[in-house]
Amino acid sequence: MGAADDTRRSLGLVETRRVVLFTEDDPLVLDSGETLAPVEVAYETYGERAADDGNVVVVCHALTGDAHAAGHHGDPTRPGWWDTLIGPGKPVDTDRLFVVSSNLLGGCQGTTGPSSTDPATGTPYGLRFPLFTVSDLVKVQRRLLTHLGVRRVLAAIGGSLGGMQVLQWALDHPDEVDNGIVVCATARLSAQNIAFSAVARAAIMNDPDFQDGDYYGTGRGPDHGLSVARMMAPITYLSEESMRQKFGRRIQDRDEPRFDLGVDFQVESYLQHQGEAFLDRFDANSYLYLTRVMDYFDPFADPERVRERLAACRTRFLVLSFDTDWRFDTSHSKQIVRTLTAHRVPVTFREIASPHGHDSFLLEVPEYHRTVAAYLDRALAEAR
Amino acid sequence: MRPDLDVVASLVPAGARVLDLGCGDGALLEELMRRGNDVLGIEISDDGVLSCMARGVPVLQEDIDQGLGDLADDAFDVVIMSLTLQAVRNPALILREMHRVAGRGIVSFPNFGHWRLRAQLAAKGRMPVSPLLPYAWHETPNIRLCSITDFEALAHAEGFRVERRILLDEGGSPRGGGVAGRAPNLLAAGVVYLLGR
Repeated sequence: MGAADDTRRSLGLVETRRVVLFTEDDPLVLDSGETLAPVEVAYETYGERAADDGNVVVVCHALTGDAHAAGHHGDPTRPGWWDTLIGPGKPVDTDRLFVVSSNLLGGCQGTTGPSSTDPATGTPYGLRFPLFTVSDLVKVQRRLLTHLGVRRVLAAIGGSLGGMQVLQWALDHPDEVDNGIVVCATARLSAQNIAFSAVARAAIMNDPDFQDGDYYGTGRGPDHGLSVARMMAPITYLSEESMRQKFGRRIQDRDEPRFDLGVDFQVESYLQHQGEAFLDRFDANSYLYLTRVMDYFDPFADPERVRERLAACRTRFLVLSFDTDWRFDTSHSKQIVRTLTAHRVPVTFREIASPHGHDSFLLEVPEYHRTVAAYLDRALAEAR
Repeated sequence: MRPDLDVVASLVPAGARVLDLGCGDGALLEELMRRGNDVLGIEISDDGVLSCMARGVPVLQEDIDQGLGDLADDAFDVVIMSLTLQAVRNPALILREMHRVAGRGIVSFPNFGHWRLRAQLAAKGRMPVSPLLPYAWHETPNIRLCSITDFEALAHAEGFRVERRILLDEGGSPRGGGVAGRAPNLLAAGVVYLLGR
C-alpha cells in the first residue's frame, strides 16, 4: 500500500481475558428454548475507548477463528488471525477505534462449547451441548458488551460466518449497530455449501474414535476425521487460480514423482499439513456445531418478519465480496444487497478483485483494505 | 456542483427516494441527502465509489449495462441518469430498467443536434468536440450520441412521456429566453428531461 505502510504497526503484545457472562441464575436462553449456563467467553480488546463509546468496533470471527484477532501473544511472527486489518494505522485503526473481539459460543478457544464441562454431569458436554443459531451467537456478543459497559456500537465487522452474525445482529436489534461490515458472507448457504459441510461432518462422525462425541479424556479422538474435514476446507477457501499459482503440479521435496499413493504433489502435502495443524487448535465437536449453525442460517426466510425488522433498521451496511470466491460467491452478497436495498436500508457494495478466493478476507488485498478504511473513516467522522 | 446537476436536483421532489445511475463522485446525491432525500448511487469506477463512501453516500459498484437486476420494481420514486446515457452500451435496456424501478426518470445528455456540432462536422468534416463532449473521437467514453429528437423517440417507445424539458447552454446552465424553445434540437447544447410513465 505504498507510503501508507510506514504508519501501519502491530498492536504488539495482547492478552486474552475470560469472563462468565451467563450463570445458573441468569442463563443464556437459546432460540430453541433450551437454556445454557454457565457461559464463559474469551475476549480481547484493542485501542482506547472514547468517553461517549462512539468508537467501538466489534469483530465477529468466522468458523474456526478465536478471540485473538490482532497483535501477538509473545511471538511477533505469530500474529492474530486478522492482524492484517486491525492495528495502529491499519483499516480498523486502533489509534482511533476501540475493538472488541471474542471467541464464539460453541467454540473451543476459551468460550463455552461442546468441550466444556456440563455442570449437570461434571463431564464435557459432547453432543449433549444444545444446538444453537446465529442469533444465539449474537446474544453472547451483546452480553459481552453489556459486561464491558459499552452503550453504542459504531461498527460490527466480520467475514463469512462473522458477516452472518453482523447481518443477524442488525435484524435482531435494528437500533444497536450504526454500521455493519459484511465481508464474503451469505444469507443462505447453497446446496453445494451444505454438501461440503455434510462431508466434513461425515468424516468426523464416521471416525471410529468419535465415540458419539464422548472422546474427551479417552486418549483417542476423531483426529483422522477432523483432519480430513480440515483438508477439504482450504480447497473451498482458495480459488483454482490461487491453487495453481501456489502449488501447480509441483512435486514435494524432489524433481520426479514417486508414482505411489502417498503424499507426492505439493498440494497434497499442504492439505495434509493443514489437517494435522488443525488438530492442535480445534475440537471436532465444535466443528460439527459451528458448521451446522451456518447450514441452518436463513435470516431472510420469512418476508413478513424481514419487512418488519428492516423497516426499523438503523444499521447502514458495507457489503463486500471477492471475484474469485466460490465458497460464498458474489451472488450471495448480492442477495443480501438486494434484500436490504428493497427495504430501504442504506448499503454500499463492492466486488473486490483478488486472486485468493474466500481466503481474501483474511489477506492484505489493497483495494479491500482501502474500502474498509474509507468506510470506517466516514463512520467515525459521522459519529463525532 | 455542476450547473446541470443543480437543474437535476431542482426536479427531485422533497422526500423522494432517489436512485442515481452513474453517480460519479456522489456530489449530487450528497446534496440530495442534505435535503433529506433517501438516496442510492450506482457507479462503476473505483475512484467514484470511494469518493461516494467518503461523502457517506450509499453506492453499489455495478455496471448498469448489465441492467438493474438487484433492484426491485418501483423501489424508487425517482431515478436519475445525468450525462451518462451517452456512455452506456444499451440505452434502450437502461430506459426500460428505469421505467421498471421508479415512477419518474430524470435524464440529461449533450444534444448532438446542436448547431455548433452540426457545423463542425459539416464544415470541417471532423468529429465535433464541445464543452459537454470534450473528448477526441478515439478516446471518448461517449459512444451513444443522440439528438433531442432521437431521444424523445426512444423514450416514447419505452413507455415514457415527457413531463418537463429544460434546455441547457454549452456551460450546462439552463438557457434563458424563449428562442431555443422554437428549435431546441438546433439551439440547445444539452437537455434535462423529467419523464413520467
